Amino acid sequence: MTPTLALNTQSPRNDPREGNVMTFIRSLCIALALTGVAASTASGQDGPLRITITDGVIEPLPFAAPVFVAENSGAAEIAQRITQVVAADLAGTGLFREIPPSAFISPVTSFDAPVAYADWKAINAQALITGAVSAGSDGRVNVKFRLYDVFSGAPLGEGMQFGGGQGDWRRIAHKVADQIYGRITGEGPYFDSRVVYVSESGPKDARLKRLAIMDYDGANVQYLTDSSTIVLAPRFSPGGDRILYTSFETGFPRIKMMDLASVSSKALADLQGNMTFAPRFSPDGGTVVFSVSQDGNTDLYSMGLSSGQTARLTNAPSIETAPSFSPDGSQIVFESDRSGNQQLYVMPAGGGEATRISFGEGRYGTPVWSPRGDMVAFTKQNAGRFHIGVMRTDGSEERLLTSSFLDEGPTWAPNGRVIMFTREGAGAGGAAQLFYVDISGRNLTAVPMEGGASDPAWSPLLP
Amino acid sequence: MNKLTSLLLVASVLALAACNNPNKYGANGGAGGAGGVGGINQGGLGDPNDPNSIAYFNQTIGDRVQFAVDQSTLSPQAQMTLTQQASWLNSHPNYTAIIEGHADEQGTREYNLALGDRRANAAKNYLVAQGVGTNRLQTVSYGKERPLAVCSDEQCYTQNRRAVTVLGAAGGV
Repeated sequence: MTPTLALNTQSPRNDPREGNVMTFIRSLCIALALTGVAASTASGQDGPLRITITDGVIEPLPFAAPVFVAENSGAAEIAQRITQVVAADLAGTGLFREIPPSAFISPVTSFDAPVAYADWKAINAQALITGAVSAGSDGRVNVKFRLYDVFSGAPLGEGMQFGGGQGDWRRIAHKVADQIYGRITGEGPYFDSRVVYVSESGPKDARLKRLAIMDYDGANVQYLTDSSTIVLAPRFSPGGDRILYTSFETGFPRIKMMDLASVSSKALADLQGNMTFAPRFSPDGGTVVFSVSQDGNTDLYSMGLSSGQTARLTNAPSIETAPSFSPDGSQIVFESDRSGNQQLYVMPAGGGEATRISFGEGRYGTPVWSPRGDMVAFTKQNAGRFHIGVMRTDGSEERLLTSSFLDEGPTWAPNGRVIMFTREGAGAGGAAQLFYVDISGRNLTAVPMEGGASDPAWSPLLP
Repeated sequence: MNKLTSLLLVASVLALAACNNPNKYGANGGAGGAGGVGGINQGGLGDPNDPNSIAYFNQTIGDRVQFAVDQSTLSPQAQMTLTQQASWLNSHPNYTAIIEGHADEQGTREYNLALGDRRANAAKNYLVAQGVGTNRLQTVSYGKERPLAVCSDEQCYTQNRRAVTVLGAAGGV
């Protein structure tokens, strides 16, 4: 089996608008080969090594990831870095715990040597990840890996191989980690993904904001706009190639759409109204829903991107905003204060009667439909605290995942298992930061980043 | 018209043009003071005791009104301020205004944009009802993006829930 995947990567170029400030623009296509590698023992079936996320994991699964074997001299450093990213991806989920290499009994010096299961059992490594890296003189990097269920004494799934350019080593590592995560949890992958967000600097009363994009784990930050104007709440297109956001470039909030390959933005068709904001793509990428404020009243509209035709979806004297499509495109969840304060509603994608789904105490906003279709994530404000929560799409089974002075704006990982959001502290020193949390409410973690950040939006899984 | 007078006229037009730039938070990289004060060259505003000066409008009448939590209704005090603003605008037809609506940080970002828009329009509608031409007034919402005071308690929040009337020159002046 040799499926070939198109891999979009980006590399640095100076941004003409920002002088020496780097923006990463170039987009090139690299073939990424995904090849089966014969495992040392034939095994396709799953062993007992399994984490079921919904069961609630109390104890993370211990794994060993000895540094991947460098198959040629040029590959030593990149092999080390790839191994580190694979281990960090897994440990970052809170479902796995890395056993420090200092505890290892037997070294792994050859990818194809038999596994000394007893030595890994002795240090209680339930999963063992081995790998090998070769770096060609043409700049190509190839990574092979195998996953072993130590206590069953057998490989878990087949060995695999990923290849790409040298600049793609992080993506290759994320793909390896996605495979391992998927084999053990049965969940879909999400490490090979990006996040677009608003980078923040300066004091709260004169905040400088600029659009930025990074890998899901905070690496490879690239700035997409300069800080000359306020930008808010970006969202990815379903293909991950475009971004919708709100900009104050004209002095008034207006929707813009950016093509990521060229980092060029254009205003969406000149829409009536004093303010247009809160834009979101439909799942097919052909329609944008958004809010228009006219004479102090805010309603939801949709616009076909090719036709430019707009349709009004709500018509109420209240505030209707923060729309989000169901993954099948048939419905929209949004927030409205028609009842007197912010609550969540679901309506048909073309407009029409809306059904309220939030009924708990407090105010509910920023609903986001899960990519799996089964849940809605939201921001809840109650009794002076902010929470990120999830509920079924009919409003049942509400669960609050976080609590702080100010948490807002959830966005789903591509597999619908992790939520990233903005957390801001109180007072002058309270900078905004990005956090993620498992939908079980565990593993609340700050995304390692320099500087402030807000309004994250998770990309689909990269191609 | 002598040279000095011309220079003064140019200077005052420039000062007014600065007031009229709705993008002052942008162009200044956000350095403009929230509430429509710090972004304007104070030197061009005149004497607050001169009833024809911008300083008089901003300080003596008061360029802003405040709102209760999550509300856009005008208090009696706010109505009094806006009545005086309208009267000044009616007697100074060469000025336009952009009314900025703001919210405190206790709210989600996009909702607060809509709420700020409501507040700006509440103030605008009151001015229009008092006879100010609607074509002289624009509104813009900053949501919770530009607080005036940055402490996280009610004392600051009160100042941040505001609509500020920022004067500018009428086109062509």
